[in-house]
Parts: sequence; C-alpha cells; structure tokens
Amino acid sequence: MKPLFFIILVRDIKLVGRNPGESAATTVIFFVIVATLFSFAANTDLAMLRVIGPTVVWVAALLSAMLSLDSIFKADYADGTLDQLLTSPDSLSMIVLAKVTAHWVVTGLPLIVVSPILGILMGLDFRLIGILTLTVVLSTPIFSLVGAFGAALVVAQKKTGVLISLLTLPLCVPILIYSASAVAAAAAGQPISGHLSLLAAFLVLSLTILPLATAGTVRIATGG
Amino acid sequence: MLEVRNLVVERDSRIVLQQLNFIVHESELLYITGSNGVGKTTLMRTLCGLVQAEEGEILWNNSSIKKNSIEYFRNLAYIGHDNGIKGDLTPVENLEIDRSIRQNASGLSYQEILEQVGIVKLAHRPCRFLSAGQKRMVAMGRLLASNLKLWILDEPLTSLDEKAQTRFLFILQEHLKNQGVVIATSHQELNWQQGRVVNKHLGTDGMLT
Repeated sequence: MKPLFFIILVRDIKLVGRNPGESAATTVIFFVIVATLFSFAANTDLAMLRVIGPTVVWVAALLSAMLSLDSIFKADYADGTLDQLLTSPDSLSMIVLAKVTAHWVVTGLPLIVVSPILGILMGLDFRLIGILTLTVVLSTPIFSLVGAFGAALVVAQKKTGVLISLLTLPLCVPILIYSASAVAAAAAGQPISGHLSLLAAFLVLSLTILPLATAGTVRIATGG
Repeated sequence: MLEVRNLVVERDSRIVLQQLNFIVHESELLYITGSNGVGKTTLMRTLCGLVQAEEGEILWNNSSIKKNSIEYFRNLAYIGHDNGIKGDLTPVENLEIDRSIRQNASGLSYQEILEQVGIVKLAHRPCRFLSAGQKRMVAMGRLLASNLKLWILDEPLTSLDEKAQTRFLFILQEHLKNQGVVIATSHQELNWQQGRVVNKHLGTDGMLT
C-alpha cells in the first residue's frame, strides 16, 4: 500500500484540478497581473523597474501564495475529512507536510516557472533573472509552510481570508529581505552565497519545525 | 473493548458531560439517545480523541487511548454529522483515501464494499452529485474498507431511506457477530433487537443513565 503522504499529496492536487475556481491558473494569473501593474505604473522608466523589479516579483509571489491558503485546512474541516485525518494512526505532521507540499506544487511551482518571464518584463539581465528564480525556488516552500501554520490557527473560524495574511505576512519579512538583498548584491557584483545559504537555512528550519507546530495547532484549534 | 472512567468534558466553560462511566464489550452496541444539544456529538468526538476531556480516562483494551493512540486509531471508524467524504472525488477514490488513512485494509474489493452499501452503480460519479442518503452510504463504506473493531457512529440513520437503513442494520449486525464494538447516537429509539444492545440516555444534566 502506498504511504499516506503520497495519497494525501495526490488527493489535494487532484481536488484543485477538479475545482477550477481555485486552480493553479488563478494563482499564476494573479501573480502576473500584480507584477505587471507595477510595470504599467512605472511607465517607461526601465531604470526604476530594474531596481524595484525583483522586489515586485517577491511581493507578488507572496500575495499569490496567500490567496489559496484559506482553504488548505478549512475545506477538510468543513466536510469532516479533517476529523478522519486527525484520527489516523499515521503521524499528523506527515499529513500536514503532504498538504503543504500539495499547496506548493499548485502555487509555488507555477510561480517559479513564471518568475523568469516577469524578470524579462522588468528588464533584468539573465544572470539576475537566474538569481531571482533561485530565490523564488527557495522562498515559495517557506511561504507554503508558514502560510499553512497561519491557516491552522484559524481553521475553526469563519471568514478568515485576510486574517491569515495578517498573521503570516509579517513572518515572511526576513525571507523577503534576504531574497531582495541577494539580487541587489548580485547586481552590485558582490558575492551572494551568504544570502542564499541563509534562505536555505530558513527553509530547513521551517521544514523541520513548522509541520510539527501546524499539526499541534490543528489539533488544538479543532478540539478546543 | 472500550471503557470510560469518570469522563468530564467542558465546552465553552460549561460542563457538558458529567462523570461518565461505562464499558462497551465485544459484540455489544451502546445506543445513546438524547435530545438535541445535550452533548451526544461532543461525547462521540471525545471518544475519538478529537475533543480533549477535562478529567477522566478512555481505555481501549485496558490501555489509555492517549498512550496507545496508534493501536486505537488503527481500529477506529468514525462517522460524524459530516460524512467526511470529498464531493469532488468519486466513492471509490474516497474509500481509497479512507483505507490509507486507517492503514488496516480489509480484504474486500471496492466493488464488494459498494455492493454492500448499495451504491455500486455510482462508483465513478463525483460524490457531490449524490443525494444526502447516498453520501451517507459512501461514508458507511468506510466501515467495510478496513478491519475496524470499534465503530463510533453519530446519528448513523440520518437521511437514510428504509432500504438503506436495512442495509446499514445488516452491516451492523455482521460487525457485532464478528466481535465488533459499536457506539451510536440518535434522537430516536432503535427498533431493533438483534444482538446485545445497551440503551442509554444522555440527559440535559450531562449524565448518562
């Protein structure tokens, strides 16, 4: 029999695929629209776009990752499937990790694919686009992990769309700072391995701690 | 078997369940009646470990379900008010997931399970197109998909028509014959005298009599 991690991962991806309203396409289109709004607003000032471009891409990526977070546990809570998951003999952290991975596959991966294109739109050169994409690769899993924790806190509450963003966006500030400074440092010709290592360290830290914390939070939030 | 000792449960700082003590043996059905809002669902959820009790203990085969949760959860089937099935998935897909969650698969094929619950023709139709009673029967399929000793059923007869009720009672009877343990709630009396049925009433004072 396949491991539960895999079953839940496939289930969540399948559910998004069968529900066009919250599909991966919505996230990507939102991402592209937010980023292009900036290039319209900056008018023809390509020099300014080059400077703010990377930041715009992360802020847009962060906001689009937040879009679909509300339903990550709430949909399961509403139809009772969360009760089934909570009474599984398998580890709840593993189930949480499967759900987070599914969230990353349907939101993070498409963002990674689209960010180089946005980089071109912002007039970045290819080396910077590469670094920008690398930071998006490192930070999108963190957004999903942190976001799921926020979603777990409010799983039993009604109407919490903005609340999750309020809870989790501040936690993502360090990621934003290190990602932005990595590209800024690269543009200035400085080494960036420090920034990337720190981002990778954040990823490892959240991957280790957050599934446990999220699992505990889901239990308390649903059984309190 | 399941034993409950001095169970006290609070919800919103109000005591809902007061010093409950009972034992349910093998091949026994504990049928709990009580009016709306007395805490039947809270009791069911507490027995599933979904609600934390203030005081008291729940023992499965003489060991606390907290200490021995893996063994307990491997044997537990829970059907609550919400069926716990995904509307966008088909009955077969839902049963597949139930099976992997419980990690204790029975030998029955999905075809056989769906035949027993009477929805074999709907095997590959997304559950959101099913009627309330048919969805309930998909959830009942969970009872057969794995080898589960303890069934905790919250208002199992809701939205089932007469035919479906008969099917369900037959499945229940087979389970009791096989040394199964069942705890079910309802606000209506059960007109069924096969097997050992223990009737209890949960009062508004939170006492089980």
